Amino acid sequence: MKVNNYMALQFMSKSENEAFARITVAAFVSQLDPQVNELTDIKTVVSEAVTNSIIHGYENKPEGMISITAKIEEDTVYITVEDEGLGIENLDEAIQPLFTSKPELERSGMGFTIMENFMDEVEINSTLGKGTKVTMMKRIESKKALYN
Amino acid sequence: MSLHVQISNQGEALIVRLQGELDHHTSELLRTKMESAIEQENSNHIVLVLKDLSFMDSSGLGVILGRYKQITNRGGRMVVCNVNSSIYRLFEMSGLFKILTIEEDEEQALSSLGVVS
Repeated sequence: MKVNNYMALQFMSKSENEAFARITVAAFVSQLDPQVNELTDIKTVVSEAVTNSIIHGYENKPEGMISITAKIEEDTVYITVEDEGLGIENLDEAIQPLFTSKPELERSGMGFTIMENFMDEVEINSTLGKGTKVTMMKRIESKKALYN
Repeated sequence: MSLHVQISNQGEALIVRLQGELDHHTSELLRTKMESAIEQENSNHIVLVLKDLSFMDSSGLGVILGRYKQITNRGGRMVVCNVNSSIYRLFEMSGLFKILTIEEDEEQALSSLGVVS
């Protein structure tokens, strides 16, 4: 399929960058003319994935780098969020609703559940000691009619 | 993007009004402010007003659940009001809407707690 547009960004693992990341991706996706709730979904999942990288991947060490790419193909947006952090030891456990490895930090354990609910497809690749990459896909409703 | 937290007292209730975006970055601030207000003011109940909250993610769920536990451990109650549809969806997904009392607005929240506004 033809790639209509693509962007990549990289930033330090600092919590200040969570808002920067979700707003930037939302601005990029805006060219598909999504509905407000679709844009909120995308902001939320980017926020979840970036927060996971900061808290779990890098355990709040700002030296780590987080990379995001976003790609538009017709009516569909593909987003990747990647870190080179610790990796996830038990992925089956990590994706369970309400599971958190850091309850002392008042984490809700809902990050992956939200990503899976708000996006059409979510894939998580993680290697211990190497890092984690989350790939997500969502079809923008308002654009569907144009391509069907 | 930031979060503005306004805390005031009305009778036995601590009214917490949030404006802006509640994520991992800003949830630390909210946690600290609310924790100390609950201890200092000796409040029985919390009314959390989300009217001007434009964004929230799962970090928000975590800090709300934490304060819910804090106030219920003291025998108090927590009421959340002005919940928009996207935040309500997060409450639903996490099951939080089953334990939190959700009211339309601040006035109804206070009257549900028996606090005269």
